[in-house]
Amino acid sequence: MSMQTDTAPAQMGEIQGRSLWADARTRFFRNKAAVAGLIVLILVSLFAIFGGYFAKFEPDYVDFSLMGAQAYRGVPSIETGHYFGVDIDGRDLYARTVQGTRISLLVGIVGAMVAVIVGTLYGALAGYVGGRTDGIMMRTVDILMSIPFMFVLILMLVIFGRSIFMLFLGIGLISWLSMARIARGQTLSIKNKEFVEAAVAIGVPRMTIILRHIVPNLLGIVIVYATLLVPEMIIFESFISYLGLGIQEPNTSLGALINGGTEQMNNGTLWMLFFPLFFFLITLFAFFFVGDGLRDALDPKDR
Amino acid sequence: MSDQPLLSARDVSVTFDIRRSGSWPWTPSLKLHAVNSVSFDIAPGECLGVVGESGSGKSTLARAIVGTVPTSAGQILFDGEDLAAMSADQRRRHRRDVQMVFQDPLAALNPRMTVGEIIAEPLVTHEPRTPRAEVKKRVAEIMERVGLLPNLINRYPHEFSGGQCQRIGIARALILRPRLLICDEPVSALDVSVQAQVVNLLMELQRDMGLAMIFIAHDLSVVKHISDRIVVMYLGTIMERAEADVLTTRPEHPYTQALISSVPIPDPALERARPRLVIEGELPSPLNPPSGCVFRTRCPKAQNSCAQAKPETIDLGNGHGVACPFHKAEDVLAAAG
Repeated sequence: MSMQTDTAPAQMGEIQGRSLWADARTRFFRNKAAVAGLIVLILVSLFAIFGGYFAKFEPDYVDFSLMGAQAYRGVPSIETGHYFGVDIDGRDLYARTVQGTRISLLVGIVGAMVAVIVGTLYGALAGYVGGRTDGIMMRTVDILMSIPFMFVLILMLVIFGRSIFMLFLGIGLISWLSMARIARGQTLSIKNKEFVEAAVAIGVPRMTIILRHIVPNLLGIVIVYATLLVPEMIIFESFISYLGLGIQEPNTSLGALINGGTEQMNNGTLWMLFFPLFFFLITLFAFFFVGDGLRDALDPKDR
Repeated sequence: MSDQPLLSARDVSVTFDIRRSGSWPWTPSLKLHAVNSVSFDIAPGECLGVVGESGSGKSTLARAIVGTVPTSAGQILFDGEDLAAMSADQRRRHRRDVQMVFQDPLAALNPRMTVGEIIAEPLVTHEPRTPRAEVKKRVAEIMERVGLLPNLINRYPHEFSGGQCQRIGIARALILRPRLLICDEPVSALDVSVQAQVVNLLMELQRDMGLAMIFIAHDLSVVKHISDRIVVMYLGTIMERAEADVLTTRPEHPYTQALISSVPIPDPALERARPRLVIEGELPSPLNPPSGCVFRTRCPKAQNSCAQAKPETIDLGNGHGVACPFHKAEDVLAAAG
């Protein structure tokens, strides 16, 4: 990490320091693959947010005239306004892909956010307080982790009804567990550093120490893990939707669209599979590249 | 010196429970005696040096005084009040009056905070209602006082050298104008030219601000330079205490004599000519300290009776105490020479 450090002599006026975050940002933007991933992610997000304005049809509008004739009249075409063709029910696949991408990204990001907020605080608290509290808190995590969550989530969706809220709840419930473990492990090494002891000696309250001294120093690894968690959540949701338990009609997600596409694979309408799959894959790839780039940028010693 | 000591330690012991890894939860943990019945007083404005080799419990003693490590026996009285018996509120006030400077200058500073935030932390913690402009003004003042340019306020610790980082640590410790400053080997991680600067800065600040100071080091020559009185520790126990110049010129305890003869003299002729007392072997494990006098396993004057009981501290007058009944026996330095 040879940086051109500005060793300008201290003159009048305050000198702006280079924070570790600024250093990491410079390193990140030097990584071409990561920047490409970031650009793809921005484009996919723009597509998910604003793509709907370019659609000629509502995502839930059923064109009965196309039903049963998708293979020759519902093909992707600019003239008909069905840019990505239509699905098995004669709905515009472009509008539905926009909607599906939006929901998949939302699920991924909400899951990762829950993980970051709950997992980090829980892990930092357990690690910092230590002793019996730590034991109880981490054994709870172990117990929750040992429950087969796919099974519980399916039961929840069956019993309480299939709603997007239930899905978020289910995903939120599992996503923070491994994050809590990671945060705790890091906290254990940070809490023995002298600057934490200095804060204790100063008399800084315990919660402030966690928030001011522990969490900012954990954040690097947490962010890296979160970017890798987003695609995991998207895959998870896709799997649930693929089983038919996730997002319900007329809403859709990439997983549900891919499921619809695979069912029609032998009917000569492969676009129904390929368009959602394309967005699914580039989103996941982009997240992985960004995650890798962030890991290299935030933890220069690891390279 | 006034009558009322600022801080007085009465038979302070610190014991750590060491759990053997992989043991059952019900097997008793091992006891590590880091500090064993240590007593001393510090008057306001006085500097007490603490020396001893690594593992002698100096840092643990410092942490017990600051309150980051609990004592297992004895009392620490600050201004006549027992630290252990303090309410949360009193404890907070005590924390303001006692500040600490750490050994590793960079590790003691949070890498994610700017220098200004680090130095202001005690102020913001204890006087949360101070307006921001006032905080900034006081940070700039103290930075100037410790020899840092105030325009570096927005820089981060990793952009500074070790000596500068230690100055930041000192600024943080002094911004609240504490009454007692504990320096835990503040210069041992710095190179020699910077050591001198930091030690002189500390002495100057101590004089100007009327600070009492506990200065911990394993380097006797540095301690001698800065301290009024010196305490010599070995394996958690005080071996000898005396005024700085008395201790360095007429040490009575065999361990102190060995320590002093290990300080190099910057003159090859004198260095070669002087008698050396070299103690052999390693520091015994504090998990299983020797019976009686803890130094007896390496002591050149050790007798059979040393294993029987812990030696009483013999008062030689004028604050000079030595924990060795045989200190008057024939001089080992002479014998070695």
